[in-house]
Amino acid sequence: MTSEQKNQERYEIRFSGSGGQGLITAAVVFAEAVGVYDGKHVCQTQSYGPEARGGKSKAEVVVSRSPIDYPKALELDLLLAMNQAACDAYFYDLKPNGILVIDSGLVEQQPTSRIIAIPFTQIAKEEIGRELVANMVALGAIGLLSGQVDLENLEKALLARVPKGTEEMNSKALKRGIEEAGKIKLDDLPRSVMSEDDEV
Amino acid sequence: MSDKAKQRYLLQGNEAIVQGALAAGCRFFAGYPITPASEIAEQLSITLPAVDGTFIQMEDEIASMGAIIGASLSGVKAMTATSGPGFSLMQENLGFACVAEVPCVVVNVMRGGPSTGLPTCPAQGDVQMARWGTHGDHPIVVLSVSTVMDSFTITVKAFNIAEKYRVPVILLSDEVVAHTRECVELPDAEEIKVVDRITPSVPPEWYKPYEGDARGVPPMAAFGDGYRHHVTGLIHDEMGYPTQRPSEVKAFHERLTKKITRGFPDIQMTRGYYLDDAEVFVVAYGAVARSALRAVEDARENGVKAGLLQLITLFPFPRRALTPLLDQCRAVLVPEMNLGQISREVQRVNNGECVVAKHNRIDGKFITPRELFDRLMKL
Repeated sequence: MTSEQKNQERYEIRFSGSGGQGLITAAVVFAEAVGVYDGKHVCQTQSYGPEARGGKSKAEVVVSRSPIDYPKALELDLLLAMNQAACDAYFYDLKPNGILVIDSGLVEQQPTSRIIAIPFTQIAKEEIGRELVANMVALGAIGLLSGQVDLENLEKALLARVPKGTEEMNSKALKRGIEEAGKIKLDDLPRSVMSEDDEV
Repeated sequence: MSDKAKQRYLLQGNEAIVQGALAAGCRFFAGYPITPASEIAEQLSITLPAVDGTFIQMEDEIASMGAIIGASLSGVKAMTATSGPGFSLMQENLGFACVAEVPCVVVNVMRGGPSTGLPTCPAQGDVQMARWGTHGDHPIVVLSVSTVMDSFTITVKAFNIAEKYRVPVILLSDEVVAHTRECVELPDAEEIKVVDRITPSVPPEWYKPYEGDARGVPPMAAFGDGYRHHVTGLIHDEMGYPTQRPSEVKAFHERLTKKITRGFPDIQMTRGYYLDDAEVFVVAYGAVARSALRAVEDARENGVKAGLLQLITLFPFPRRALTPLLDQCRAVLVPEMNLGQISREVQRVNNGECVVAKHNRIDGKFITPRELFDRLMKL
């Protein structure tokens, strides 16, 4: 298999924001759904600072049909940015036809018009009742938009990971995310994250 | 589901080390938490008591190393896990384990150093320290892992080597491998080869605790099973008592070194990729071997006959795997997340025929396939 084919087989997602937003948990659930339940090859990695909360946080999932050598993302197919700093720092790692997903309540300046803006945190707070599950709303949206995971398996993996007693809240958050992402028509977006001037 | 289908698990490297240790028969862990190794202690604190094992969180890493030596002397397979700063503290007692020939496994999940350094960043700065951190000439085995599956299988192997040769084994992981989650299918217990130390076959009154067998490895009695014997950090005779007689001191050192030398074919592990017709090759270990494999495949597609020799065993340095390749290839690239700790070993065994190029990264970041590809294309 050529390197190009290998790259085409890879699908790379980065969950980014600040420490405490539950991005690593979301990535782990995604990886478990894809790897354990869907049976694909998967690598999940993360990097974070020495702080317990705050500071930059990012988690990555690489999905492939063949074994994965380099475990981290090379060029992102999908970037979730849960704050402005993460959006600014990682936007340039996206493939031109990659998907940028932001929390529209937390990212004010949008670097491209090929963007999917959903108020994850606001939905979590107002509709689910806990800001805490914003990560799961985002996970639902990414599950649908990436097209890389069986959504039933995503819910199974989620319910197996979350603390007892919170299943209903988490599952509701996930479904709201899927529903919200379902309203997006990817084909209506500009084809590239770069502006037309950049592409020339 | 058929009988053959195995349960798939999403595990971190650290969690796979735990599973490997349990499968190898480890029933004692003493340690002190430290990033990026803490998950090993965290998981063992739950899993060890469930199999009638013992988990102790000690006051520090000096005591942790002492505790696993004591446990091993009483016949239990024992392990500790730490990162750079804790590994520094373990060196004194590690020397005791070397001289008293106490089987044990010490996991060091490397992070940026020196001192407290970069707690959450990957590095490979402890390679020479793993070999020479404790003072005096001493035999020791240093292994490294690059995937989650490795973290399982090489941990089993680490225990087997420790038990078979009565030697401390250092298992080097790094922040990338330790915290990467991958899906693995773990082998069943009957598929795993587990080696246990040889115990004395003579009655207690005939037992010479430090008389080597044909391989130079003394059978090991456990404290409490009737074989009364003396264990010391001083150089000792076959009965385990201190000696300064030159003939006994020399014989002791020679036996300690030779028991490992005789085991080279068993201990020295490497993996080769695309080496048969290689004109340039990469020597890599740990997480960096993964970046290297991708770079080698990319280079091949661009017309460069590249290969990869992945080192599993770092020490004793697998010279025999390397020298034919140094003769065969015109250049070798040694990428490391340090300033060049294995490259100096490669230079040492090079006959001068091969150009040794280093690629070093010390900024707390993981080496990417792209940077290695660029180097390979210019070698």
